[in-house]
Amino acid sequence: MRSALTLRNIVTAALVIGLVLLPLYVALTGDRFVLILFTRIVILAMAAVSLNLILGYAGMMSFGHAAFLGLGGYTTAILSFEGVHSGFLQWPAAIAVSALFALAVGALSLRTRGVYFIMITLAFAQMAYYMASGMARYGGDDGLSLESRSTFAGLLNLSNKTTFYYVCLALLLGTILLVWRLTNSRFGMVLQGVRSNESRMSAIGYPTFRYKLTAFVIAGTLCGLAGALIANHTDFVSPSMMFWTRSGDLIVMVVLGGMGTLFGPVFGALALLFLEQFLPTLINMAVRPFNPAGAAKAGEYWQLVLGPLLLFIVLFARGGIDGLLKKLGGKHSSHE
Amino acid sequence: MRLSKALFLASTALLFAAAPAAAQQKSVKIGFVSTFSGPAASIGDDMRNAFELALDHVGRKMGGLPVEVIYEDDTLKPEVGKQKSEKLVESDKVDFVAGFIWSNVLYASYKPVVDAKTFLIVSNAGETRIAGENCSPFIFSTSWTNDQNPIAVADYMNQKGVKSVYLIGPNYAAGKENLGGFKSEFKGKILGEDYTTWPSQLDFAAELAKAKDSKAEAVYMFYPGAAGVQFLNQYAQAGLKGSIPLYTTFSIDSLSLPRQKDAALGVISALQWGADLPNDANKKFVGDFKTKFGTEPSFYAAQTYDAAMLINSAVAGVKGNLSDKAATQKALEKADFNSVRGDFKFGSNHFPTQSFYMQEVVKVGDAYTQKTIATAEKDVPNPHASKCSMK
Amino acid sequence: MTLFIEQCLNGLQFGLLLFLLAAGLTLVFGIMDLVNLAHGSLYMLGAYFAATFAAWTGSFLLGAVLALVATLIVGMVLEVVAMRRLYGRDHLDHVLGTFGLILFFDEGVRLIWGPGGLSLPVPSWLNRSIEILPGIQYSAYRFAIIVVTLAVAAFLYILVMRTRIGMLIRAGASNREMVGALGVNIKLLYTLVFGLGAALAGLAGLMQAPILTVQIGMGENIVILAFVITVIGGIGSIRGALVAALLVGFIDTLGRAFFPQILVELLGRQAGSTAAPALSSMLIYILMAVILVVKPQGLFSANSR
Repeated sequence: MRSALTLRNIVTAALVIGLVLLPLYVALTGDRFVLILFTRIVILAMAAVSLNLILGYAGMMSFGHAAFLGLGGYTTAILSFEGVHSGFLQWPAAIAVSALFALAVGALSLRTRGVYFIMITLAFAQMAYYMASGMARYGGDDGLSLESRSTFAGLLNLSNKTTFYYVCLALLLGTILLVWRLTNSRFGMVLQGVRSNESRMSAIGYPTFRYKLTAFVIAGTLCGLAGALIANHTDFVSPSMMFWTRSGDLIVMVVLGGMGTLFGPVFGALALLFLEQFLPTLINMAVRPFNPAGAAKAGEYWQLVLGPLLLFIVLFARGGIDGLLKKLGGKHSSHE
Repeated sequence: MRLSKALFLASTALLFAAAPAAAQQKSVKIGFVSTFSGPAASIGDDMRNAFELALDHVGRKMGGLPVEVIYEDDTLKPEVGKQKSEKLVESDKVDFVAGFIWSNVLYASYKPVVDAKTFLIVSNAGETRIAGENCSPFIFSTSWTNDQNPIAVADYMNQKGVKSVYLIGPNYAAGKENLGGFKSEFKGKILGEDYTTWPSQLDFAAELAKAKDSKAEAVYMFYPGAAGVQFLNQYAQAGLKGSIPLYTTFSIDSLSLPRQKDAALGVISALQWGADLPNDANKKFVGDFKTKFGTEPSFYAAQTYDAAMLINSAVAGVKGNLSDKAATQKALEKADFNSVRGDFKFGSNHFPTQSFYMQEVVKVGDAYTQKTIATAEKDVPNPHASKCSMK
Repeated sequence: MTLFIEQCLNGLQFGLLLFLLAAGLTLVFGIMDLVNLAHGSLYMLGAYFAATFAAWTGSFLLGAVLALVATLIVGMVLEVVAMRRLYGRDHLDHVLGTFGLILFFDEGVRLIWGPGGLSLPVPSWLNRSIEILPGIQYSAYRFAIIVVTLAVAAFLYILVMRTRIGMLIRAGASNREMVGALGVNIKLLYTLVFGLGAALAGLAGLMQAPILTVQIGMGENIVILAFVITVIGGIGSIRGALVAALLVGFIDTLGRAFFPQILVELLGRQAGSTAAPALSSMLIYILMAVILVVKPQGLFSANSR
């Protein structure tokens, strides 16, 4: 495995190149929906990468990560509603608000362990959810539409779908780079040490609480930025972005792709949104030969397949897609 | 191993395969967005049934062209609705987008449709901003705005001399607009109003106890879909049924009645359509619907049937030349079809000018149905037309 | 005053109902160390079974008994087929796997019973209001729920504190390895406990069904409340679950009943009436966060001494 040319690396490189060249494909076919779908995938992948930092590398099972998506999104949308359209103000504000929330939630939650940590992060996310539902001025339960996308003093026009896609992709790659640098630093080594044995790390003399809190704040902040992107993408924010099942979706992406791996969450986001988009069509095609009339209806039951699939992955494919690629690559090279 | 590898490659390839084939076929393409999963799927299914029935009635052809309908599930989430609408206009390149049950889903989704200069035929969601400041030449509605039906109920209650009322409704846009419409028209005293968490709160014990305690002469409520069933059951269990008359809108329909049964008897609501309206188009619609699907159509179905017929009339009006947007708009504005609600014409904001009827739940044999008992308002234009500049 | 007493009864009824759900959850949690998000699905199944069996047999009570048995069986089968494989894994796996099961159960129910939901009518002998205190009329059915849940709580108390199975359960909650070392058939014990938890959830679902109608996803909101209760009460503690369930039941109901008026006074009519439902829903989560910050193991932790 010394060679850089493992299957996993090849597929990862192909993924990055594919993502970079995607607008070219769109320009050739004229199918702009693919661009819209992939913009969404890229943004959610960024959120998943940020969750992976605490979930995968540090072993902190936050069940409220979607709150940060919502906070970043709401900060952007509220500023826009109040007449502040400049992204130079909106985005730093989104980052600051999520960082502060992460600091508060982290400081309180990290006192607990295990299931209690899962539940308390969930509780804070639910609070944010109900808080957003209660803001009558900003649409309450119905959410808030953005009149226009963030402006960058004429430097960037986010209403241009291709420009916006590249902005999101650049931020995703930037996030991955940051996580890579972090996890290979002393800081990252300590975090991974905490995951495997926290008491030992603190016995050695590391202030583990401070390390964990720092990681939690970084993850929340990055996810808040993704929230600002998603608000621009859908031109709309609503409390449902923060509902607990959304946090579940993010966890699914991380685990599906491969926890604690650099590109795993990207694969996971891609796979989950692909399933959401194409599983109904696949079931439809599978059922059609047997029951043409019921085929369209059968496609609507796609979650009947997705549910056990998740359980199956948990039970038998812990490494997720990344682990699968590694395994396939490993077997492959041993044949040669 | 080889299989899983192949699967992976196949799934990657699927993305590219899923890209559309050339959009040069000569057909009318309609995208239909509604809720087809979760508890609200029964509404979506009823709408789809009505749309399919309408297609049967026009011989599956509009203006001589074959019709292709793509149904998309919004899963009751605004952002999913928006994503599906974008897919319909950007990827499937449909000529019309129709459907929409929920105001919040519609409000999140209308922009990409209108921006793509695609016609949007709303067959339920009554978001007032779409009728007012956010109206568009490309948006038409075959329903109402959220405040219209409650205004009719309040009118009727004023005529009946009801002096005081207690209001209960869900805390989302349609709920607030609905109760707001009622309040704007009702002349008596409003003794209290409760907004409950939507759609998660289903136990109304606390609210009903307050309503009982207020000694109001009547209760007005708005709970669409399954929540309406719960509300009526609990109303009876709390001992309010029979002692305080209940008025509502959109909470009782042919989908919920089989489950509301006795709890709904005597409840009065207002609609622009009833299964018993005596016009020919309606008789054919209701009769064929019953034969084909075995149930009475709901108002969702009636509005959706009208939406299909409206689209048909417009396609025929421009002889299938849908690329002429201005002519298509003109043809839609004419509304040259026989509506199941009788007379049908559009106001300046592309919302119908229509009459509202009072309906009471009655038991006929073993079945429960809504009987038209009075005309509350005749030929009222949409109240938000003045805010619409139609630019 | 009448209104206040009636709202307290509503709070009591809701709290006790939540206790049924939380009791099963906390047992499974405490003994098998399993986070089961799909507990809400068993609640939903209980309601669907009861509605179906009651319609077949024409009797509410018979339907309820059959539904209890059916949920018990589904629970035990679920334990043998899926849950058993999750023991000993970390909690993330539990969350994810059972999250998948929720999707599966929701869609499965839709496939079998259709999307529209069912209704389970209140038996006619309970479909009235009774005077439980001089001058206070209360729904007979809700009163029956209070009686039944109190009886179940008493049964659980006796089962856990006075029987051999209960002893094993208690031992399992505080020290799993020891029970295994004693040569107890731990697999069977786990299956039974999971089945018991499922039956309790099913009982909650079928009793709630006439009040709320039976529909897909009915368990998703309430299961989160049940988790909140389990965590507030301390994992594995039945007594903690009871206290926390009553706390949550009262706060939720009284919050909804009286909080809006307070907010309207503070914020004015428009803002107050829209903010109230959201903020009263928040109260429970604030309570939980405060309790966990002060006592990171919940109120009555089974593991603490």
